[in-house]
Parts: sequence; structure tokens; C-alpha cells
Amino acid sequence: MARMKFLCDAERCIECNGCVTACKNENEVPWGVNRRRVVTINDGMVGAEKSISVACMHCSDAPCMAVCPVDCFYRTDEGVVLHDKDLCIGCGYCFYACPFGAPQFPQAGAFGLRGKMDKCTFCAGGPEKDLSKEEFSKYGSNRLAQGKLPACAEMCSTKALLGGDGDVIADIYRQRVLKRGKGSEVWGWGTAYGKPDQKAAPAGSKS
Amino acid sequence: MTGRKFVFAGTALLLALGLGACGEREQVIVYKQGKYQGKPDTKPWENDPAANPYPGSKWNKGDKSSWESAVRTRNLGQNEYTRAE
Repeated sequence: MARMKFLCDAERCIECNGCVTACKNENEVPWGVNRRRVVTINDGMVGAEKSISVACMHCSDAPCMAVCPVDCFYRTDEGVVLHDKDLCIGCGYCFYACPFGAPQFPQAGAFGLRGKMDKCTFCAGGPEKDLSKEEFSKYGSNRLAQGKLPACAEMCSTKALLGGDGDVIADIYRQRVLKRGKGSEVWGWGTAYGKPDQKAAPAGSKS
Repeated sequence: MTGRKFVFAGTALLLALGLGACGEREQVIVYKQGKYQGKPDTKPWENDPAANPYPGSKWNKGDKSSWESAVRTRNLGQNEYTRAE
């Protein structure tokens, strides 16, 4: 298997917010935290407005991992970027580093005190016993451990949001673009997974 | 002769000291799988699908390839062109 990725087809997204609702429901995300949200691009430009669903893209070279002062992030074998909430100090560095605004911080007390960071887990839970109560309360549902894919992608009514093995979803998208003959731009893929013309940086090099 | 040796040694020492500051230490941590400060995580295929309270795909416990093929089947379900055929 290559690695897990998200792909949002702006030609198909109808801004129904089904993915947002599915995520909220599946993971019982607290009030004020949105792991996934639908945003409008080219806002106000007649004929060019599109909607896309955005969450953590589980980047190949995740900037959140690079800036975390307590090293609470890790990447699974499937390429999913997860973090340990027991270590997170809620500093917010990852929020500033993330190009997608994925890290979210629940209010943990008076005067806007930030709680531990919460973000999309690709429905892969976290570093607790799989499918346990502790895992669910901290990180939400672990659908990968059930042989399923993220709820947002599987629930998408127009299949605008694809989630899963990068090769498989890229093939699905390619077939779709060839059929319709337009809309080949994939928003966020260059930022998250690198552009095709970019040479991979040598291991350990400065980004 | 010994004087020349001293000059060579002195020049080499000066060069080493002078250029030593031009070196650059690696400042970015190289992240490797499982090398982080937190708790270890279990692999999804290490779970028993029969013990799953919400039945999903079927695979053999501990068998990565069967889990991958189960997820791949599920993944291909997102292609409505093949579903409609």
C-alpha cells in the first residue's frame, strides 16, 4: 500500500457539509472544534467559485511534526499523521505551521485557555488501545482498525471527497477527469504531498 | 627545517580553527517511524475483525496484506463509475 491521502474534487463538491457532519458524528468532536470544514475558493468571482472540504491532509513532510516542541507527532505505516494528546501542551505552534489550518484547540478554561490540540486522525484513532474507550474519548473513532476508511469520504454524497490509498484515489480521480474532460486541478496536493516536478529532499535536510 | 614545519602546522591549525565556524550542524530532527516521545501505537491489522463491535471489512488478524486488500476493496467502492457498471 502506498499511503493514505485525501483528495477533494472541487468540480463535485456541492457544499452540503455532509463530511463535516459525518466527522462530528463519528468522532463526537467537542463543540467549537471542527476537524473538517468546507471552504469556498475564488469567493465572489463569478463562474469561478468552488467549494472544497479541508482537514488535515496528513502531509508527506508534515510541518506540524517539525515544529512541535514536545515531539508528540508520529506517522503511521500508512502515512497518517497522528499525535499523543498526553504529551501535547497546547502551545499552538502546529496551528501556525499548518498550511491547511487543521490543528484545532478546544477551550479548556476561562480566558480562552487552550486545551490539547485536536485534528483529523484519518479516522485512525491514536496511541491508545485500539477501539478502546480511552482512544475514542481522546481521538475519536478508529475506523482503519475496523477495515474502514474515514467517515467523511465514505459519507460524501457526490463522492467529491475521496479518502484512502493515494494510488487508488488518484486513479479514480484520473478516470473521472478523463470522462468529464475538465477540472484536473487537485487543491492542496502540491502543498501536502509535493509537486511532481519537485525533487525529494534528501533525508534529514533542512526544509 | 623545523621552523618550516612549525609554520605549516600553525597554518593548518589556523585554517582548521578559522573554517570550523563555517560548518553547519543539522538542525532538523529526522523523524523515523516509531521514534517519537509518546506512547507506541498498534497497527490496524493487528486487531481481530471478529472482535469488532461494528462489523466492517474482513481480514486475518495480524496479516497486513489481507487488511490492505480489504481496505482497497472498500476504497474502490468510492468509484461510482465501476459501481454503476
